[in-house]
Amino acid sequence: MIELRYFAWIRERVGTGHESYETQAATVADLIEELRGRDEGYAFAFSDPASVRVAVDQELVEPDAPLKGAREVAFFPPMTGG
Amino acid sequence: MQVRVQSEIFDMGAELNRFAERQVNAGAVVSFSGIVRDLATGGLKFMVIEHYPGMTEKALQAIAEDAVQRFQLYDAFILHRYGPLAPSDPIMMVATAARHRGDAFAGAEFLMDFLKSRAPFWKKEITSDDATWVEAREADEDALTRWKPDHSPD
Repeated sequence: MIELRYFAWIRERVGTGHESYETQAATVADLIEELRGRDEGYAFAFSDPASVRVAVDQELVEPDAPLKGAREVAFFPPMTGG
Repeated sequence: MQVRVQSEIFDMGAELNRFAERQVNAGAVVSFSGIVRDLATGGLKFMVIEHYPGMTEKALQAIAEDAVQRFQLYDAFILHRYGPLAPSDPIMMVATAARHRGDAFAGAEFLMDFLKSRAPFWKKEITSDDATWVEAREADEDALTRWKPDHSPD
């Protein structure tokens, strides 16, 4: 099981901030593709993969990053701090 | 080096004084503070900042350590708020201390450039009839390229 976390408008579209999820997806991109197929909210949240940033175990990663051994995967839009 | 994430408002003058007072060898202290500005059209009721507890602190710590190393800073400080903020409230501040002002200024700019695009904060602007997530600016992402080692300034 992986802990999935969602932030900002991705959280709003998905409808939850976190959930435990069972997946065989090998990479971050595979997982996004899988999540998109779950329901309308997920499809809306991940409709434009280019505007989704991903962190695996709280480190920013690229879409081709492997999920092997990951405990926590977070999805969020480009950051707007400062 | 100190990194702080809090919802409470802060006194930027007092924070800066504390930072400056604990310096021993520094000849230069530079600080920057961001404050909540109204919308171009007016009418901002408040801003809400969401963040990713845990990752936020780690990301800020990494950015501060990077700045200290690159610019031989004696010290660096990052303070960033989350939660609801009122117009003209301070959002965040950074401070750097170095032997000379050049490194202190460059270090502060570096902290700001990375903090804007690499620390997990998201701003939402609330008006009386609307709530809008602030979009990342391409210029903020572009600002990072100038700190790449292979980037030669023109």
